[in-house]
Amino acid sequence: MNFGRFFRSTVGIATLAALLVALPFVAAMGGQAWVRILDFAILYVFLALGLNIVVGLAGLLDLGYIAFYAVGAYTWALLASPHFGLHWPIWAILPIGAGLACLAGVVLGSPTLKLRGDYLAIVTLGFGEIVRIFLNNLNAPINVTNGPQGITLIDPVSFGAFKFSGTTQIFGFAVSGPQKYYFLLIALAILVIIINLRLQNSRIGRAWQAIREDEIAAKAIGINTRNLKLLAFAMGASFGGVAGGIFSAMQGFVSPESFSLIESIMILAMVVLGGMGHIPGVILGAVLLTVLPEVLRYGVGPLQMALFGKMLADPESLRMLVFGLALVLVMRFKPAGLWPSPVRRRELQETGK
Amino acid sequence: MSANLPTPLLEARAVAKHFGGVKALRDVSLSIRRGEIYGLIGPNGAGKTTFFNCMTGLYVPDGGGFTFDGTPLVADASDKAAARGIARTFQNIRLFGNMTALENVMVGRHVRTRAGVLGAIFQNAATRAEEAAIRQKAIDLLHYVRIEERADDLARNLSYGDQRRLEIARALATDPKLLCLDEPAAGMNATETEQLRELIDGIRRDGTTILLIEHDVKLVMGLCDRVAVLDYGALLIEDVPAVVQKDQRVIEAYLGA
Repeated sequence: MNFGRFFRSTVGIATLAALLVALPFVAAMGGQAWVRILDFAILYVFLALGLNIVVGLAGLLDLGYIAFYAVGAYTWALLASPHFGLHWPIWAILPIGAGLACLAGVVLGSPTLKLRGDYLAIVTLGFGEIVRIFLNNLNAPINVTNGPQGITLIDPVSFGAFKFSGTTQIFGFAVSGPQKYYFLLIALAILVIIINLRLQNSRIGRAWQAIREDEIAAKAIGINTRNLKLLAFAMGASFGGVAGGIFSAMQGFVSPESFSLIESIMILAMVVLGGMGHIPGVILGAVLLTVLPEVLRYGVGPLQMALFGKMLADPESLRMLVFGLALVLVMRFKPAGLWPSPVRRRELQETGK
Repeated sequence: MSANLPTPLLEARAVAKHFGGVKALRDVSLSIRRGEIYGLIGPNGAGKTTFFNCMTGLYVPDGGGFTFDGTPLVADASDKAAARGIARTFQNIRLFGNMTALENVMVGRHVRTRAGVLGAIFQNAATRAEEAAIRQKAIDLLHYVRIEERADDLARNLSYGDQRRLEIARALATDPKLLCLDEPAAGMNATETEQLRELIDGIRRDGTTILLIEHDVKLVMGLCDRVAVLDYGALLIEDVPAVVQKDQRVIEAYLGA
């Protein structure tokens, strides 16, 4: 398999670009719902790559990553909706959202600097829940988040008069709202991929990996582990903040329910399942884990009807069952992830001999 | 002490460390001169590694302190010790296992380089030049310790002897004034030990002062300019190998007589 080399060649890039451009129009044949699923797949690519900096590179097990996504989402919701009557432009909100998420990352990071592994996971899990509970209860005495009802009528992304919601005619083509968001998200995803790649092979990226491998040795060669861990938390969190802002605008509605623990776990599963620390693997993991449950949602019901002529099990719970089984099988037969980095793969083959 | 002696690179003044009731170090004072190979020996549990850890900032001593290169060492963080010019290897090798040998040495340049996140993202000329210099220096160091053909292998897949060499190369990448080796010959056969002796001698000749903790008495006596002996956390003697070898207390400490 030489996907990596293929994607680096000019023909490969051109093919990939053509596929990516055609994809939302092909998906639209099955209905706009599928385009929306694609949008979410790419949004999760973005999120997973943000988390990859924290978990994959720096090795800090973060189970509360969704909190930063929530911070970004609510920043957008509060600054661009009738809730406070504010309608700020994107170039103001996105940086503010990223900045606040970054700050939240540092706030979470500083008390956990000495924690590792399981202990860090528990604290970050708690942090994620604290943020969600805050959002749920900040409707009294002053109504900030509107509590469990959430915030509605959030402004879509717009550049000047060009809005990302609703259908627009572009060169005679009717391009729907989800299709426009698709291209915005693809652009953002490419940006975050480039940032990830460049960080990974940089002085900072190597220092993160050193901390992941052996913190004491990293300190002994002069790496300031405290600052670098904070930096990892802050960077990962800012990506989460940006993703949250786009999510908010795309949905037009946010409520604390969207930021539950299962979301954090899903994003972590994308990173681990795809191949921790390996960017193409993380992308694959994110796309699969977003699309697979949806395929199952639409597929499991009709499949039962075709096989047995009646519904034996509730499609919704069967979907999670199949999904869980898939995760177990991947961990059993591909412990380094579906698409691990070449070095890791060679490693596993060598131990397998 | 006569005036023509070179100023010490490292001076330990009455360093004490205890773990609960166990006195691991009892007021140990010694000095390491510039350009020498200084041996620190003693039976198991004598406090050699504890001394090492106090010096390199892993432990905070309970009493006394260190002066390095003329200024006191602030003994609270090992990254600061590395920045001052103290590099170390570990008794039980601590490499970055899932990084390649080359990357292990490259990361050693961290403390002497500057590029930040923005440099990495925008790949400006200064960052690219620095990155090229880091890579070149790392390749040179792998040549220096003679494991250049293992550059792209994961550190964990290297042989034991090569791992020891890689750890030394990584330590040298921080441009140390003082290189501290914690039992580098442990687990090595005679040939490997001889090659290690040559390597250490070479590093000294190239201008780095070396502190060597070792069990292999033959290696220490043959290589070191001066030797200190620790026993039950206290310094027994600090002198040239010929004197140390004949010292009655040292013989007793080792033979348990």
